[in-house]
Amino acid sequence: MRAFGYARPESLEEAIGLLEEHGSEAMLLAGGTDLMLGLRGGWSKPRIVVDLKRVRELASGIEESDAGLTVSAATVMTDITEDRRMQQRFPALVEAAVVVGSVQIRNRATLAGNICNCSPAADTAPPLMVYGAVVIAAGPAGTRRIPVEEFMVGPGKTALAAAELVAAIEVPFPPEPYGAAYLRHTRRKGTDLASVTLACGVDASGTTRLAYGSMGPRPFLEIDGTGVLADPKVPDEAKAPLFETIFAKASPSPTSMRSGPEYRLAMLRVLGARALRTAIERLAEGGSK
Amino acid sequence: MSDILDITVVVNGIERNLEVAVNHTLLDVLRDQLGLTGTKECCVEGECGACTVTMNGRTINSCITLAVEADGAEIGTVEGLADHGHLSPLQQAFLDTAAPQCGFCIPGQLVSAQALLDRNPNPTLEEVQEALGGNLCRCAGYRQITDAVLAAAAGETS
Repeated sequence: MRAFGYARPESLEEAIGLLEEHGSEAMLLAGGTDLMLGLRGGWSKPRIVVDLKRVRELASGIEESDAGLTVSAATVMTDITEDRRMQQRFPALVEAAVVVGSVQIRNRATLAGNICNCSPAADTAPPLMVYGAVVIAAGPAGTRRIPVEEFMVGPGKTALAAAELVAAIEVPFPPEPYGAAYLRHTRRKGTDLASVTLACGVDASGTTRLAYGSMGPRPFLEIDGTGVLADPKVPDEAKAPLFETIFAKASPSPTSMRSGPEYRLAMLRVLGARALRTAIERLAEGGSK
Repeated sequence: MSDILDITVVVNGIERNLEVAVNHTLLDVLRDQLGLTGTKECCVEGECGACTVTMNGRTINSCITLAVEADGAEIGTVEGLADHGHLSPLQQAFLDTAAPQCGFCIPGQLVSAQALLDRNPNPTLEEVQEALGGNLCRCAGYRQITDAVLAAAAGETS
């Protein structure tokens, strides 16, 4: 691997200071499951790698408040899938975290890194958007809050400003009861990147939140407030026009090696209907609480 | 020239103080500085699992982990499975079912399978397959490998 410097700050202030000092020549390391490939492949050429795992404010952990759960930047997928509160309150996020890579990858890959890498196919992005998750960005001027759907700008591009980093991701508790589900379409069972990612959530008032990825430069969040989608008595044919509106932004790449655009668009509709059905069922069963 | 850092790691229960280059992976250091060549280098992008080791009890791909990240951690490699020259029950089960064919993936398979059995002593076939999903076998000896893990879990080793 090509040479680079390495820094291991112990405080947030120190980490941000390093980013201010080195600018675009610094790259952040959390789990490394994306960065290491870039370092080895030569498309990431930092002068310095800033390892965040010793920063005390970012240390692995999921904190609960009255408003929700806050996932610190160093928290890995396995920490999320094994957390009982996550399983109970955010099943769609657990369903996404548990299909990221292999066991070995989930033991290293962080939730924050999944969002910062900003792949349109990031598994955890759709459920985070459905749950209304907010990125806590820390920088020289302090911290600011950015909704995940605004945070993810395009492939590899986030809303972070210079010298800012993700300190945590807040996932607010949804209204009770709540039904949500995450589905993905892959070429094969097992470890694979998704051709379609989709999460859907419904609440008792009839609001449906649906987010989908791998369908354009970034994942999209759409909200249906008519109550039609969430109504189990409305037939699928009557829901179809609403789905068309929701999926209007889908423009899958014609050159992707994972699957062609026609197939992706067809599977998007299948997954949308399935995830909605599962979300409605889960809501009827009492949902997550 | 790359920077050098002093690190302390416990490898298979033995504390090691090492000077490592910051751009060297944990895999590089295990193989080239410690001579623990059981851990294999293969895809070098975290896909195949031949380089699987445990770090603080959890399996990781050592090919996409910097050695400096292991500072202060406990590392377990395939060399740590046998006890004073006696194969572990899991290793014996792999031999019994003829799971190792070319053998290259087996150290990684063993480390992943042992980590599974440590957290779930009685896994189902599906759980074994999921736990070993990050360990590829080009000989496609998956049936024998999963048989071996289930046999070890059931205590059915020779």
